[in-house]
Amino acid sequence: MAQQDNLVVVKDLARHFVLGKDQVLKAVDGVSFAIRRGETFGLVGESGCGKSTLGRTIIGLYDCTKGSVEFDGKDMKDYKSAAERAELSQRMQMIFQDPYTSLNPRMKVMDIVAEGIDNHHLAKNNAERTKMVIQLLEAVGLNEGHANRYPHEFSGGQRQRVGIARALSVNPDFVIADEPISALDVSIQAQVVNLLKNLQKTRNLTYLFIAHDLSMVKYISDRIGVMYLGNMVELATSQELFDKPLHPYTQALLSAIPLPDPKVERERSRIVLEGSVSSPINLPNNCRFCTRCKYCTEQCRKEVPPLREVEPGHFVACHMIK
Amino acid sequence: MMFKRKEKFVPAKPVEAPADLPADLFEAAEQNSSDLEYIARKHHSALYDGWIRLRKNKAAVICAVILIVITLFAIFAPILGQYTYFDTNYKAKLKPPSIEHPFGTDQFGRDQWARIWYGTRISLLIGLVAALLNLFIGVIYGAVSAMIGGRVDAIMQRIIEILVGVPHLIIVILFMMILPPGVGTIVIAMSITGWVNMARLVRAQILKLKNQEFVMAAKLLGTSGWKMIMKHLVPNTVSVIVIQIMFAIPSAIFTEAFLSFIGVGLAAPKASLGVLINDGYKMLRAAPYMLIYPALAIILIMVCFSILGDGLRDALDPRMKH
Amino acid sequence: MSEKKKLLEVKDMYVSIHTDSGVVQAVRGVSFDLYEGETLAIVGESGSGKSITNKAIMGLLPIGGRIDSGTVLLGGKDITHYTEKQMRDVRGAEISMIFQDPLTSLNPTMTVGKQITEMLMLHKPGMTKEQRKERAIELLGMVGIPNPTERFDQYPHQFSGGMRQRVMISIALACEPKILIADEPTTALDVTIQAQILDLMKELQKKINTSIIIITHNLGVVASVADRVLVMYGGKFAEVGDLDEVFYDMKHPYTKGLMESIPILHSEDQDLYSIPGSPPDLVKPPVGCPFAPRCNECLKVCKLYPPKTHSFSEKHMATCWLYDERVKGAK
Repeated sequence: MAQQDNLVVVKDLARHFVLGKDQVLKAVDGVSFAIRRGETFGLVGESGCGKSTLGRTIIGLYDCTKGSVEFDGKDMKDYKSAAERAELSQRMQMIFQDPYTSLNPRMKVMDIVAEGIDNHHLAKNNAERTKMVIQLLEAVGLNEGHANRYPHEFSGGQRQRVGIARALSVNPDFVIADEPISALDVSIQAQVVNLLKNLQKTRNLTYLFIAHDLSMVKYISDRIGVMYLGNMVELATSQELFDKPLHPYTQALLSAIPLPDPKVERERSRIVLEGSVSSPINLPNNCRFCTRCKYCTEQCRKEVPPLREVEPGHFVACHMIK
Repeated sequence: MMFKRKEKFVPAKPVEAPADLPADLFEAAEQNSSDLEYIARKHHSALYDGWIRLRKNKAAVICAVILIVITLFAIFAPILGQYTYFDTNYKAKLKPPSIEHPFGTDQFGRDQWARIWYGTRISLLIGLVAALLNLFIGVIYGAVSAMIGGRVDAIMQRIIEILVGVPHLIIVILFMMILPPGVGTIVIAMSITGWVNMARLVRAQILKLKNQEFVMAAKLLGTSGWKMIMKHLVPNTVSVIVIQIMFAIPSAIFTEAFLSFIGVGLAAPKASLGVLINDGYKMLRAAPYMLIYPALAIILIMVCFSILGDGLRDALDPRMKH
Repeated sequence: MSEKKKLLEVKDMYVSIHTDSGVVQAVRGVSFDLYEGETLAIVGESGSGKSITNKAIMGLLPIGGRIDSGTVLLGGKDITHYTEKQMRDVRGAEISMIFQDPLTSLNPTMTVGKQITEMLMLHKPGMTKEQRKERAIELLGMVGIPNPTERFDQYPHQFSGGMRQRVMISIALACEPKILIADEPTTALDVTIQAQILDLMKELQKKINTSIIIITHNLGVVASVADRVLVMYGGKFAEVGDLDEVFYDMKHPYTKGLMESIPILHSEDQDLYSIPGSPPDLVKPPVGCPFAPRCNECLKVCKLYPPKTHSFSEKHMATCWLYDERVKGAK
């Protein structure tokens, strides 16, 4: 894992929200990982684990409380001048979760997709702008006839593809997909995921794919990070993570997914997690999972377990794994 | 369960396939890719949808027509009529309504027809000023406060709270004592607090929009400042603005009428609907028509604005959208 | 299972919803039965009419929605044209419903205990106040809420998402209804909580023998709880059959496409099939088979005439032209 292979390096990143006096929500609390050029890095976890906040902090929508993000070997904070910031905004883009609020309802699809083209003056004239938009729409499986329509006329999957076309309009290298499929129907999820995979091949994209649906994440990702209450608890290649999950939380998470196979379902016994996720407000400094973990010891209640490499490329944050 | 509708909708029963279908129909069909993303509905903007909904609301349309007619009369009747609002004629005082004087004459023999339309003109003018104040001060104040945020927002909000806290009537009456009575004074008095509600509504709406995913997407694409306000924020605030204006106008007209009625409004021979009602009230026994017609005029204007405002709210409110 | 009693029969139901942008023909001729003690899963994408069908059964159609034709028989009684007042006696006592979002379906200003006892008060007038409280605490315990006696006096916001869904289930089951309709009961929940709720539903069904209609788009959920599956597409039914028949011997191309578009968790990398295109807009539904434009086995006839229903076993049926005897090499 040579340094120059990494497109995005996240170092000890934290994002805290101060809610009031003595109330701090540690949405992301000291997360470090790197995303290699050309790969898809999957980020999974349950609601409230901070995965979306992490994505938004990496791309700069939220300021980080602590830590740093390096993009292409350079700290994000060092992209200062207007030109550098414009460069960053062209190279990093995001696809959003909710296809209903991610498109401006008062703008036509043509103008939505062309927004980045206009801002960065990528088209010389109006004809070229139109041509670029139509090419983008065709790349995501829509056509010219859709350009003059408003978002509310589209179905959820179609809107999501408009959102993808918008993100691609500035030719980015790195795209954060923030739960792009969780609001979509099953048949449409596969469509969008396949589209993202194809675009990755044709346009050399690097993805950070955030989702809570593990089966889709496994299908699209090369490596996966599992988050629990603001911490990264396990990180491995997707095959390794699913074949040999080490962290008790990952094990429970995988075991909880209902499989679309009645015979398997009848014979399966689940690891049932007791209780629910504890509140992310004013978390103590210990293993975040210790309230629901059956292996929990005194050490777990006192110290935050560090993320250690237990096998080549397989990282886990748990005191019990040696 | 049974939703009553005037036109009964009969669902198209499926066409039964005839028994003797030609054999070539059972061959594989070619799939046309344009069918895949076909959108059946006619396309139009969200505002156009609102217009269609408004058109269906008979009461609101009638009110809009009445308001237009009243406005036309208010503009042209005082110009085209043979009498002016100030000419006295002691030979024809307190005449009941007739062909010569459709609304009768007052105790100085002034033609009530001319006076009522003149008064309506003043009242509508004050309504118009209120609308413009709302639009310019209210919208800009609210938008700036929400866009800058932080300390500036906090200070701007405190200023609004102070303005709201001081009793409106006291300020107006104080102004009347310092400045000469007249339309200008009323306008200045109203401009101190008339825009506050609008500023608050616009601020709330923009704060809500700022967290929407399409605004974040625009930010990531490099849209900023003025462009953001004009392309993303204001167009999505239009319905709030229009509705608020529709409610601000009758409220301003009513305030003016109230001031004139208690005697701190316009001075004779100028007339507003409030002044006319006040005069009519004094002459109630001798000439009841002097109270009835201006009162009817103001009721008509207020009711029409209210119904039209309600209609617009129903038509433009995005929550009604499916 | 065929000798089991039919609890609910829906016959040839048509539902339309009148909106500003036109009349949405949400359900177009759907029929199905529900037997005693079984779990029927209704699967389909949004806009397939699966939710509307069940709202029509419950008399809870949105504004502008109405049943144009068809009948709903509940234990042999026709409840299609019940008034709102009559429906109120049916809801809760005979058919209960739980929804996707447990937060908006609970009253935030009332304690959880009050909401359960209210339900008992409506449908079980014979009970005394003490009996109702006792029963409510018993119910809370039954759905797996720890310390039910303390929890009885708490408000919905003091419960987590999963716990709220448990409360919803306890309210729905308070009067021991014969039928429980669960509309996407786990969609808003996390996987680990979803597993808990599904286990709870299975366990409770064994205990009180309620029939369950579960509406979902998650085929994993279907595989783990259902006995029978009804697949809907474009306001019509595409395929119905026993769980294993639908999962291992599916007949309708839409069902096939749906199964193939879920990645299999424990396998090597494979390419994922995806059904192209978007579901039809039911303001102008296609004349023929609603799935025809997206189908990879589409025949010319599919676009012209709606297909007939073919039976493959006692319970397994599919609505598709491919099984017509005139098709060359008919299956």
